[in-house]
Amino acid sequence: MTLSFLAALINLDKPGVFLHWGVIQISLANVIVIGLMVAVFLLAIFIPFDRKSRRR
Amino acid sequence: MSTTKDQTVLDQEEAELARQWTGRIRRLLVDALPPDKLLPDRQPSYLSSWIYIFGALTIGGLALVILTGTVLALEGPQWWHVSSIGLFVNSMHLWSVEFFFFFMVIHLWGKFFMAAWRGNRQLTWMTGVVTFFFSIGAGFTGYVSQTNFDSQWIATQAKDGINATGAGAFVNALNFGQMLMWHIVLLPAAVVALTGLHILMVRHKGIVTPIEVNGTEVPHQGTQSESDPS
Repeated sequence: MTLSFLAALINLDKPGVFLHWGVIQISLANVIVIGLMVAVFLLAIFIPFDRKSRRR
Repeated sequence: MSTTKDQTVLDQEEAELARQWTGRIRRLLVDALPPDKLLPDRQPSYLSSWIYIFGALTIGGLALVILTGTVLALEGPQWWHVSSIGLFVNSMHLWSVEFFFFFMVIHLWGKFFMAAWRGNRQLTWMTGVVTFFFSIGAGFTGYVSQTNFDSQWIATQAKDGINATGAGAFVNALNFGQMLMWHIVLLPAAVVALTGLHILMVRHKGIVTPIEVNGTEVPHQGTQSESDPS
């Protein structure tokens, strides 16, 4: 099975995109990963844990 | 021999056995980590939150890193650069590292906001901190061990940074042999050993209780059945 459609989704064959904010310089890829981490962190706190199946 | 004499000999043997270092260490370990504490059947009720799964997910990531790294070590650079299965395993190695750090940092945030070093758990916290730093080293040496232009570029840039810190006398990012051996022997051994110690400390001290809410202390280390009988 070819996964070429994934390659077409994001073209990695070019220089990375960097964001500049004063002295701070960070790649867009890193910003996305950090944003995902914050999102998963918040979801882990606020989504209720299924306790019913674990109760004895 | 009389019965009294037999008993005396037995007592002497027992006293001798009690003095032996193997027995002393065994008793010490069993006292610190009895089997039911090492592999518990139940967990405290306050663990019913998704934030508690990230430590285990990090261990899963590490297991996958070690597994894929072992396959890469077996086959070698030509295989992971050229063959399609080699490229796949190489990508798996990269992505399992990405997930390892992703989960480890969320685990770190969660534990930071829980102040998880409370209750004499400073060694649990510090083994985690040190593991994190060793993992960064393992990740870095992995980047410079890829054997491609990317790794050469990173190594030439990194050597200036490392020299600027004064550590250049010990760590030379351009020394491929040194970097590869740090990456596949020293740092993985350190990360795995520290992770093991970290887990044993978690089992020894138990998982930290939530910070008290409105002045009410949360029951300490109760099992689910004790603290939440419903």
